[in-house]
Amino acid sequence: MKLRSRHLLGIAALEPDEIFLILDTAEGFAEVSTREIKKVPTLRGKTVVNFFVEPSTRTRSSFELAEKRLSADSLNFSPGASSFVKGETLLDTARNLDAMAPDYIVLRHSEAGAPHFLARHCRSSIINAGDGSHEHPTQALLDAFTMRQRKGHLAGLRVAIVGDILHSRVARSNILLLNRVGARVTVCGPPTLLPIEVERMGCAVTHWIDEALQGADVVMMLRVQLERMQSGFFPTLREYARLYGLDARRLKLAAPDAIVMHPGPMNRGIEIMGDVADGGSSVILEQVTNGVAVRMAVLYLLAGGTEGEATA
Amino acid sequence: MPSGGRVRLMDAATIRKAVSRIAHEILEKNRSLKNLALVGIQTRGAPLARRIAERLGAMEGRVPPTGIVDINLYRDDLSRIGYHPVLRRTDIPFDLEGKCIVLVDDVLYTGRTVRAALAALVDLGRPERIQLAVLVDRGHRELPIRADFVGKNVPTAASDMVEVRLAETDGEDEVLLVAPPARRGTRPRGGSK
Repeated sequence: MKLRSRHLLGIAALEPDEIFLILDTAEGFAEVSTREIKKVPTLRGKTVVNFFVEPSTRTRSSFELAEKRLSADSLNFSPGASSFVKGETLLDTARNLDAMAPDYIVLRHSEAGAPHFLARHCRSSIINAGDGSHEHPTQALLDAFTMRQRKGHLAGLRVAIVGDILHSRVARSNILLLNRVGARVTVCGPPTLLPIEVERMGCAVTHWIDEALQGADVVMMLRVQLERMQSGFFPTLREYARLYGLDARRLKLAAPDAIVMHPGPMNRGIEIMGDVADGGSSVILEQVTNGVAVRMAVLYLLAGGTEGEATA
Repeated sequence: MPSGGRVRLMDAATIRKAVSRIAHEILEKNRSLKNLALVGIQTRGAPLARRIAERLGAMEGRVPPTGIVDINLYRDDLSRIGYHPVLRRTDIPFDLEGKCIVLVDDVLYTGRTVRAALAALVDLGRPERIQLAVLVDRGHRELPIRADFVGKNVPTAASDMVEVRLAETDGEDEVLLVAPPARRGTRPRGGSK
């Protein structure tokens, strides 16, 4: 089978069988990164533009590594170095990029829907690497890959997502994905940082972390953005850490074999304490490793042209 | 052959004999099992490689190591096909350096799978030599590739499909020649070649 769209814009557009296709394909790619020569010729001659309008180190490096290990040529395009600061519109930049005929554009943008806009105006395959507080599909996919690797399955898993759900594209994509594959999600955060009617996304809601952690198989902590405190979403970091920070004592409320995840970068001592971040339950670094395999799988599955058949 | 027809080319007994003969020929050609290892091409080359290895083990008292290679990352037609074969595991639990590798596949057809497998193997190390064993050679090569060990040569029409079924993957052992019902643009897909 293949993916139905030539773009990866969000989890919202994926059917469960497509999600599992990406996860299964990523299993095969994980092996490539363990070889002595970590490179396969699969995307030789393909060009990828990494168009990161919003700063990102982790996601961009992960995509870049995935592209290099598949032998694609990549071009990094970031606002500091581009004419974006010179007042060019997104549409004009997109048309200019498209005129160079890349096969993929990986887009990180501060506005929700920017990749969808690009997809309507470009011939390349668009991959959403995070758009505003909307979606971050490859992060949700690598999170699901990591959960499945550790737990063996996704259906029925109890997942607690704790923190700033309101501004988090990671949370949104994860809720969408986990609901599609039959996991049970509880979101938790201060009332000011939960979207209105979040329960309509199909998850349980609580303001008390102890309640969210109860029996959880997976605990996903989100990064607190410090500028949110300035804008009055919560009074002090100290209070936030006390009410919503995860430490070893609290983690005992979760299932005995629970895993702890964080999309990074972590604020140690605020949303996650050092004893948990470095403890035996933490799979935070596995998430980073798996990110490369999952992004390789996405690039591989979006390659290829018209509907035809395979011959070997 | 009439369109839509199916002919059984091999059954469990003839497949067993072919595997046994290939094992004998490998031993004859290489004299010893020292440095010898088998690598099966996903999917059906893998159980065939294990069967040949077990046969060699029964003859020589030592089962040579086996591995599996997935060729999908080395295909030359990725941008031309809409259908993406699911990537399977590549698992070679030994060092290729200096080894004599017998590459094993079920059907030899255009030779493109073997070309891809060779590219995959040399990316993983530098074997001393690579030989090729196939259960069925059906002709119609598109590349200058030949097998060193062949279970059965079968003359086919390009539109025919050769379907290899093995107990490990399909529940029973048999090789079928299938002439598809007359249809334009039919090329084999997946497990049949």
